[in-house]
Amino acid sequence: VGLPHIARAAAPSFVVIGGGPGGATTAKYIRRFAPDARVTVIEPNATYTTCFMSNEVIGGDRDISTLQVPMSAMRAHGITLVQDKATGIDADAKTVTTQGGETIAFDRCIVAPGVDFRYDAIEGYSAEAAEVMPHAWKAGPQTTLLRAQLEAMEDGGTVIVSAPPNPFRCPPGPYERISLIANYLKQHKPKSKILVLDAKDKFSKQGLFEQAWETFYGYGTENSMIEWVPKADGGTVTGVNPATMEVTAVAGTFKGDVVNIIPPQTAGAIAHAAGLVEDGWCPVNKGTFESLVVEGVHVLGDSSVAASMPKSGSSANSQGKAAAAGALALAMGQEPPVPHLANACYSIGGPDHGFSVAAVYAYDDFENALKPVEGSGGVSPMDAGPESRRREMFYAHSWFENIKADIWG
Amino acid sequence: AGGLALAAPAQAAEMDVEVMAGACTFCHGTDGNGVGAAIPSISGLPVEQFEYMMTSYQEDANPSTVMGRIARGYTDDQITALAEYFGSKPFERLPQPWINVAMIPEGKELAAEYCESCHENEGREGEGVGILAGQKLYYMEFSVDDFLNEHREMERRQARKFRDLMDAQGREGFTKILNYYASVN
Ligand SMILES: Cc1cc2nc3c(=O)[nH]c(=O)nc-3n(C[C@H](O)[C@H](O)[C@H](O)COP(=O)(O)OP(=O)(O)OC[C@H]3O[C@@H](n4cnc5c(N)ncnc54)[C@H](O)[C@@H]3O)c2cc1C
Ligand code: HEC
Ligand code: HEC
Repeated sequence: VGLPHIARAAAPSFVVIGGGPGGATTAKYIRRFAPDARVTVIEPNATYTTCFMSNEVIGGDRDISTLQVPMSAMRAHGITLVQDKATGIDADAKTVTTQGGETIAFDRCIVAPGVDFRYDAIEGYSAEAAEVMPHAWKAGPQTTLLRAQLEAMEDGGTVIVSAPPNPFRCPPGPYERISLIANYLKQHKPKSKILVLDAKDKFSKQGLFEQAWETFYGYGTENSMIEWVPKADGGTVTGVNPATMEVTAVAGTFKGDVVNIIPPQTAGAIAHAAGLVEDGWCPVNKGTFESLVVEGVHVLGDSSVAASMPKSGSSANSQGKAAAAGALALAMGQEPPVPHLANACYSIGGPDHGFSVAAVYAYDDFENALKPVEGSGGVSPMDAGPESRRREMFYAHSWFENIKADIWG
Repeated sequence: AGGLALAAPAQAAEMDVEVMAGACTFCHGTDGNGVGAAIPSISGLPVEQFEYMMTSYQEDANPSTVMGRIARGYTDDQITALAEYFGSKPFERLPQPWINVAMIPEGKELAAEYCESCHENEGREGEGVGILAGQKLYYMEFSVDDFLNEHREMERRQARKFRDLMDAQGREGFTKILNYYASVN
């Protein structure tokens, strides 16, 4: 069944900015829900490289090619691809302009540009500095750079990882990365250390990560490979000097052989340019992901404020389906659905050692909130034992294949 | 790719289910058909079997790594809606390159002897038994371990077959059978 006859005459058109998990899911599911809808995706890259599982590339357990998906596959769903960068949204004229000089009209615009880095927050850090001290928080050349630096490092070296303040993309991500770097060093450079400078006093799945670090990397002993400096002990990084490989935190100045700076974050630049941002992120109606600032424009994924939903690929995928259904309904003057969403993030802490956090969210339209359903969700039990950890590693890799196919397949 | 008639009055409720099911498919795959090696496909199951799995996860009567935490986020009515939704999607038997093909012939013979009485038509169907034909290999291995370790309940006849197979072939006998079932297309 396509759109009914009357609507068919004016099948609504949608312009999606960004072909990541948020944008690509929304585009694909608009077409699945309404095969007559016209959908254009604007994305500058011909290939998307997932951040998910990129920590396994950094740890040397996975080839980067497995993270890469061609945007062109979306054409099979009847989606028009524009390989370009969006530079502006005119909500009154209902058009998006691109760097290449195109102007594309829409009935509804969907914005999912992910995060940008607040380079101003750390003195001396910049896009150029990231060529020496990679962030590797957008996957691709930054991922391979950090991997190459770890490979080149001498045994006995120090790896510094700076973890950002909340909210940021993938709350467990820095700690999974630390685990997988430790796993690599343990096997190949066992005299090396990882110094974690953190702008927070606690972090996602902390108990599970610390348990894994104790099991595999001597955490809590004198021979611990990992030293974690929380905010309370001066972990917040304030400046870097790429020329000397020094990192300055509240606690003092440290020299690293490899330095991974994960900077504080904000919504993608196009969201700022389009006036969608308040306090760093885009406020939205959490039923439809329509912007609360600019009518007719939806924002989802890492750029949006989805309150209790963490900034993850799973969240962006789940939200994408609500945004698709919501934008379609609004474009056709119909009642939008009431979303019931979920998030689940797997982390790998060591060999055969996976664990997860999951949550289910019900939409409360009165409070405009996505509320975790009572009694549901939570993290893997601390006492689940090695067989359960082994299964969760298999399930993590399975999730990775399935979500890639659901988004871009 | 069946589109929905968006003008029909029922559309809002239908779309509620589409969106709700979308929170399962980032793990289980589009329409419940996964391409990964371990997370089970959940399409094509009889409604009662689907509901039984979800409610037994809720109560931890059936062991799970993550499904207990997820299933507790849904009411009985929502579970029924999800069961009907996924039940209406065809179970796709996708290639599983990790299968040990050398095990298939012997696995097939053993399955006929020990499993086929309940997992009928090469594991495609059977009363209240789920789908084995083309199901993900590692999910089935984990399920068998749970049965053998008495973490997951078995009815008496099933338990007897499991014991007989264990006595005759050891744990490897199950692996042979599961490699065969995973390969059925
Ligand atoms: C190390 C690491 C590990 C992670 N692991 C997991 C995990 O295990 N599980 C999980 O669920 N999540 C994980 N994540 C988080 C996940 O990657 C993000 O939450 C997800 O990518 C967000 O999707 P998005 O579509 O909002 O943004 P993005 O993925 O950033 O996609 C945005 C897209 O928009 C494009 N774009 C930006 N600006 C414009 C413009 N002006 N015009 C056109 N296009 C534009 C970009 O090129 C990009 O392709 C991880 C992240 C990191 C860094
Ligand atoms: C984070 C990943 C994840 C999400 C999200 C998820 N599942 Fe599952 N599902 C699993 C895993 C893993 C199993 C195997 C049991 C376990 O270890 O939890 C499973 C098993 C199942 C089974 C049993 C299949 C069989 O053949 O016995 C059903 C039914 C099911 N899930 C339904 C759902 C539904 C419905 C949703 C959404 C409301 C959902 N799942 C969301 C990972 C997930
Ligand atoms: C007497 C009946 C019977 C026999 C014989 C039997 N099974 Fe089953 N099997 C069941 C039932 C019933 C279930 C569903 C259990 C449940 O719902 O928890 C099941 C479920 C399973 C599952 C999990 C499927 C899922 O989707 O969760 C696997 C794997 C399995 N059986 C393997 C086997 C193998 C291998 C054999 C032969 C060695 C076998 N079974 C023989 C009755 C049987």
